[in-house]
Amino acid sequence: MSTLAVQSKSQSTWALAGRRFLKHKLAVISGCYLIFICLLSASAPLFEFLLDIDANKANLFSRFTLPDLGAWLGRDELGRDVFVRMLYGGQVSLLVGLVTALVAATLGTIIGLIAGYRGGWLDAVLMRLTDSVISLPLLPLLIVLAAIDLSKTGLPETIIQSENISLYRIIFIVAVVGWTTVARLVRGAALSLRERDFVLAAQVQGASAFRIMSVHILPNLISPIIVATTLSIGNIILLESVLSFLGLGIQPPVASWGNLLTNAQELIFSAPWLAFYPGIAIFITVIAFNFLGDGLQDALDPKADV
Amino acid sequence: MARYLLDRLLQSLIVLAMMSFVIYWLMGLMPGDPIDLMISADPKLTAQDAIRLRELYGLDRPITERYVNWLTAAIGGDFGFSRLHVKPVLTVLWPALGNTVILLGISFILSVLLALPAGIYAAIRQYTGTDYLINLAAFAGISIPSFWLALLLITLFSVILGVLPASGTETIGGLSSFWDSAKFLILPIATLTIASIGSHTRFVRAAMMETMRQDFIRTARAKGATEARVVWHHALRNALIPVVTILALDFGFLFSGALITETIFAYPGMGKLIFDAIMGNDFNLAMVAFMFATVLTLLGNLVADIAYGWLDPRISYGEGK
Repeated sequence: MSTLAVQSKSQSTWALAGRRFLKHKLAVISGCYLIFICLLSASAPLFEFLLDIDANKANLFSRFTLPDLGAWLGRDELGRDVFVRMLYGGQVSLLVGLVTALVAATLGTIIGLIAGYRGGWLDAVLMRLTDSVISLPLLPLLIVLAAIDLSKTGLPETIIQSENISLYRIIFIVAVVGWTTVARLVRGAALSLRERDFVLAAQVQGASAFRIMSVHILPNLISPIIVATTLSIGNIILLESVLSFLGLGIQPPVASWGNLLTNAQELIFSAPWLAFYPGIAIFITVIAFNFLGDGLQDALDPKADV
Repeated sequence: MARYLLDRLLQSLIVLAMMSFVIYWLMGLMPGDPIDLMISADPKLTAQDAIRLRELYGLDRPITERYVNWLTAAIGGDFGFSRLHVKPVLTVLWPALGNTVILLGISFILSVLLALPAGIYAAIRQYTGTDYLINLAAFAGISIPSFWLALLLITLFSVILGVLPASGTETIGGLSSFWDSAKFLILPIATLTIASIGSHTRFVRAAMMETMRQDFIRTARAKGATEARVVWHHALRNALIPVVTILALDFGFLFSGALITETIFAYPGMGKLIFDAIMGNDFNLAMVAFMFATVLTLLGNLVADIAYGWLDPRISYGEGK
């Protein structure tokens, strides 16, 4: 009887983390909202089909119409359906946020692991590089990177002419400046982990540096990396939206929540509601990612209380 | 300390030098070059003229050579002419810098003044309803897209209520007065303050909570110090150390905020200057303004480091780093 009771109480670390996460109400709500908004955005073609709407078709006779049964959120300055365009914009903004965060985290993890585990001059160089990137004025740098003429960079013509080039470009440039947080985090942890006995044991057994980093050190770092990556998604969505708003990020006709706001300032007197939907979508989504990150931090890393 | 400062200064200079080359190279990759712009401005120019001009301005030279030429001139104090403003770069830069300092300074002070009490209160009333609300508001502040916030403020105060101007620095044709200029500053300052207050509040709260867990706080309480004395005398002074550091580091982010806010409100500061220079192919101006922004950010980092050691005598600069 008693052994049974003990058994039912013992749980894996992940189950415990899951329980702690469920206690963070805002994080749970945020998680549900994010799943919902991802599914909703993904089903944009379905809505387009069901409501019999073409997201990119202009109709100048129905400019600025208010919401009705045919167009749930009204129509924009070219008479296009705002609701369906919002969904397509959501696809792009969410995709950019998630993919960029993953790329940046991977980059940061590799750099941090090498710096922390190898140490020495390599560590010094990589950390000075990290310091330098952090000390740059972020937005002006991103604007220059976003404005570069790709035909002068020697990239293959097929990539430059691609319809999604603005998408690839924004993922690339934000990742290039966004890896520093994870790199510092991983480096610090790797620095202390490499002195531990289990790493020493692996070294004695003749494991290669790559194997030690990937099999022995990385799994111990996965929680803080997940937290930092989740917290960075919100920031990346904000950066994408501001670059697209300034006309430098995602280029029309591809819609993103940011570029749906590009004309908002000119339309502010005639149709202020058009500026409302994309902004509120960005706002709620970013805040949800931040709450989710906060909840994950409480759940995965209970000692850190920031 | 002096040795450490010198090291850091040297390091910042190296970063600056590398940065200037990277930016110079990136600017070269921007669409259109100065000669293309001249040709589009003057249709009488022939292809031969273009080649001659390219040679004249040294644009046919390799990028490293051009960079060295630019750097030599810049170190000698010659930053070139701004194409957009048709003035020497520095005469364009100084007034813009002044405007940005006013805008950023006021919003920064406002944000810190509001964030300090909010963060402290949230930390000492941890996990109560008030803490929850302050936290929620802080998260909202961090997550709101600042350009959208600016649009909302314009919609509300300029379009619907019609009480505040939507952009510019003074009423056109009106008498320029202090109050007139102040009116134009309210919305940009509000935008920047709201955009930075959230993260500032969370810094203060986190630092304060961390300090309240320390042993010396328990000791102070055990010795019978009043709660007010514990919070204000023992905890706050120690919690301020990381706060000051993070605030100084935050300078770079503030600059990004200034770019967005100034562009939307057509406020003639450094942020708008950089944006317009990059978009308008004004290479000289963009280059110098960019370096300026980098210098300011690096200075912020340096100040953070120095302030840290000055506020906390336990930190020694001798060994370690």
